[in-house]
Amino acid sequence: MLADTTLAVMWIGVTCYALFGGADFGAGLWDLLAGGSERGRAPRRLIEHSIGPVWEANHVWLIFVVVLLWTGFSPVFAAVMSTLYIPLTLTALGIIARGAAFAFRKVSTEVWQQRLFGGCFALSSVVTPYFLGSVAGAVASGRVPPGLAKGNLITGWLNPTSALGGVLAVLTCAYLAAVYLSGDAARSGEAHLAAYFRHRALATGVVTGVVALAGIAILHADAPQLFHGLTHRALPVVLVSAVLGAVSLVLLLRAEMTFVRVTAAAAVAAILWSWGVAQYPAMLPPSVTIGASASEPSVLGTSLGVLAVGAVLLVPSLLWLYSLFQRRPAPEEDRRGS
Amino acid sequence: MEPVTVLPRALTATAGGASPGDLDAARAQMGFSLAWHIVLACLGVGLPLLTLIMEWWGGHTQDPSCRLLARRWARAMGVLFAVGAVSGTILSFELGLLWPGLMGIYGQVIGLPFALEGIAFFIEAIFLGIYLYAWDRLPHRLHLLTGVPIVVAGVASAFFVVSANAWMNQPRGFTVRGGRVVHVDPWAAMFNPATPPQTTHMILAALMVACFLTCSVYAVALLRGRRDRYHRLGFTVPLALGAIVTPAQLVVGDWAARFVAHYQPVKLAAMEGVYRTGSHVPLTLGGIAGKNGLRYGLEIPNGLSLLVGFSPDTVIQGLERVPPGDRPPVTGVHLAFDLMVGCGMFLLTVGVWLLVLALRHRRRPGPWLEGTGRPLRVFLALGALTGPAAVVALECGWTVTEEGRQPWVVWGLLRVRDAVNVAPGLATGLWLVVAVYALMTVGTVYVLRRLTRDRPVPVAPQESDVEEYPVV
Repeated sequence: MLADTTLAVMWIGVTCYALFGGADFGAGLWDLLAGGSERGRAPRRLIEHSIGPVWEANHVWLIFVVVLLWTGFSPVFAAVMSTLYIPLTLTALGIIARGAAFAFRKVSTEVWQQRLFGGCFALSSVVTPYFLGSVAGAVASGRVPPGLAKGNLITGWLNPTSALGGVLAVLTCAYLAAVYLSGDAARSGEAHLAAYFRHRALATGVVTGVVALAGIAILHADAPQLFHGLTHRALPVVLVSAVLGAVSLVLLLRAEMTFVRVTAAAAVAAILWSWGVAQYPAMLPPSVTIGASASEPSVLGTSLGVLAVGAVLLVPSLLWLYSLFQRRPAPEEDRRGS
Repeated sequence: MEPVTVLPRALTATAGGASPGDLDAARAQMGFSLAWHIVLACLGVGLPLLTLIMEWWGGHTQDPSCRLLARRWARAMGVLFAVGAVSGTILSFELGLLWPGLMGIYGQVIGLPFALEGIAFFIEAIFLGIYLYAWDRLPHRLHLLTGVPIVVAGVASAFFVVSANAWMNQPRGFTVRGGRVVHVDPWAAMFNPATPPQTTHMILAALMVACFLTCSVYAVALLRGRRDRYHRLGFTVPLALGAIVTPAQLVVGDWAARFVAHYQPVKLAAMEGVYRTGSHVPLTLGGIAGKNGLRYGLEIPNGLSLLVGFSPDTVIQGLERVPPGDRPPVTGVHLAFDLMVGCGMFLLTVGVWLLVLALRHRRRPGPWLEGTGRPLRVFLALGALTGPAAVVALECGWTVTEEGRQPWVVWGLLRVRDAVNVAPGLATGLWLVVAVYALMTVGTVYVLRRLTRDRPVPVAPQESDVEEYPVV
C-alpha cells in the first residue's frame, strides 16, 4: 500500500515534469524553428518571457522523480541508471546545455551571442526529451533487467519502442508548448503571435495523434506485453487520451485558448497514466514488481510524510509564482524587447 | 583512544567488474563535477544573503550605490543559480550513472535528506523566480521578504546534502543482514554523528566563499583606480561579513578535526601523516609521504597530541592500525589539509586588517579607502586574493573529506571499487563531461564579466538610472 502510494506520488511528479518541464523543452523547439533573427524575434521574445521565471521551478520535478525513485525503489534506480548509462548521460549533458545556454542568452546583448546561446538552448531542448522518451521506451519494453548494467547498453535504447518514446516525447513537448504559448500571446493581446502558435499547436497535435496511432503497431511487434496492457487494462485511459486529444483539436480550430490548455494537458497526462496502468505492478517488466523492489515501510512512510509537509509549503508558493507571471507586461512597457 | 563504533562486516561486493581505467574515470568525473558544482552551491547560499543585505540597506538609506549593487548581484545570482541548478541535477544523475552499486543498496537509507533537499531547492527556485522577475512589480518590503525563503532554503539545502555526505563517513540508521539492508531508520541516518560538525563547517564555508569571491571582484576594480562609493561598498560589505564568519569557522574547523580524531582516526592519521600510534605526536606542516613517515615537513614537537587532547600524552592512532589496502593516500590528504588551514589563516589575517582599518576610520572621518599609499594597495591586493584563497580552501577541504575516506565510499562498509558502474566506456563519458563543463565555465565567466561592464556606472548615479537598470 505504501509502495503503491509512493509510486503514485512519483508518477504525479513525472506528469508534472511532462506538463510543465516538457512545455519548456517544447518552447525550445519552437525557438529553434522560429527562423532568422529578424523574423524570429517576436516568438523568441514571447518564449523567453513565458519560460524565464518558471523553468527552474519546473525543472525541479525531474529531481523530485529521480530522488523518489532511488529512495523508494533503489534497485530499480540502480538498474535503469547503469544499463541506460549512455542516453542518461546525454540527457544530463542536454540538461546542462539547455539551462546554462538559456540563462546566458537572457543576459547577452549582441546578436552573435544570442544566436550561439540560443542555438545551444534550442538544440538541447529537442535532444533532451528525445533521450528521456527513449529511456521510458526502454523500461516499458522490458529491456532493463535487474542488476548492474545487465541489459544491452546499445540496443537497450536504440530500438523501435525507444524511438517511439523519444519521438512522442519531443512531439508532446512541442504540442504543449504551442498551446500554452498561444494562450500567453492571446492574453497579452498579441493576436498574430497567438495565431502563429495556434497553427503550430494544430499541426503538432495532428502529427502527435498520427504517431501515437502508428505507435500501436510498433508496440504490437516490439513490446507485446505493453501492447497487451494498453489494449486491455489501460484501454479506458487510452480512450480518454484519444477523446481529449480530439476535443483539443476542435477547441484549437475554434480558438478557445483558455479551455484547450486543460484538455491538451489532460490528454498528454493520460498518455503517461495509460503507460503506468498498462505496466502495473511491474517496475522493470517482465520480472521485477513493485513489491520486490520497494524500500522498507519506514523509508516510504517517512518520505511520504516529509513530502506532504513540503507540499503545504510548496503548493501556495508555486501558485503565487504562476499567478504573478500569468500577465506579462504589454510590449510597450517591455524594456528589453529590442 | 579506542574506536568508538563497531561496524558490521563489509557487504559483499556487488559489482567489482569495472576496469581500473573506468573506475579512475568514474572517480575523476564525480570529483570534477562535484568540485565544479560546490563553488556554485556556495554562491547560491551566500550571494542571496549579500544581495538582500544590500537591497535592505539601499531601501533604508536610499543610497543609489547600494541599490545598484543589489541589482547587479541579483542579476549575477540569476545566471549562477541557473548554472548551479543544472550542475546540481547532473550530480543526482551521476550518483546512479557512476555509482549504482552504492545507490542500489543504500539509496533508501540516504533518500530522506535528498527528498528534503528537493523541497528546499524547489522553494529556492520558486522564490528566486519571484525575487528576480517581480523586482519592479512588488512593493519594496514585500520584495525583500520574498528573498528570505531563498536564503533559508539555500542554507537548508546545504545542510541536507552535507548530512548525506556525513552519513558516508558515519553510516548509521540501518542493519546489514545477509547482504541486505534492513531496519532502516532514515532520521538516524540523517542525524548521524558526523552531521553537526560537517554541516556547520560547510555552511560557514559557503558564506565565506560567496563573501570573499564577491569582495575580490571589487578589490580588483579598486586597485584599477575606480574608488567611487559603488566599488568601495561592493568591496567592504562582503569583506566585513566574510571577516565576521572566518573566526567562527576556525572554531568549527577545530571541532570538525577533533571529531575526525575520535570517529575516523584513520582519516586524521592521513591528514596529519601519522604512521605509528603513540603519544607525544608532533604536528607536521607540509611534507610528503615517505616509507616511515612524512619527509621534508616542518615538525612542531607534541603539536598534534596537544591539539587533539590538550596534553602531550594524548595518544594518536596511526595508519598502521589498518591493513595497507584500507589506508587513504597520505600525501594528497595531508597537503590538502595544510593548504586549507593555511588559506583560512590568510583570510583571518585580511579580516583582522580590515578591523584595524575600521577602528582607525572611526577616529578619522572621511570616505573609506581613500589615498594611494602602499599599505592600502597591499591591503586591496590581499583583498583581491581572498576569493581565490577561499575557493582553494573549499576544494582542499572536500579533498580531505573524500580522499580521506578512501578506499571506502560508505566508510567501513562498501568500497568505491564495488560501487562503480560495470558498464564499459565510462572514460568516454568523462571526456564528454569535461568538454561540456569547460564550455559552461567559459560561458559563465564571459557572461559574468559582461554583466559588470554591461552599463558603465554613472559618475553620480541618479535615482532614475538605478531604476532603469533591469534585473532580468
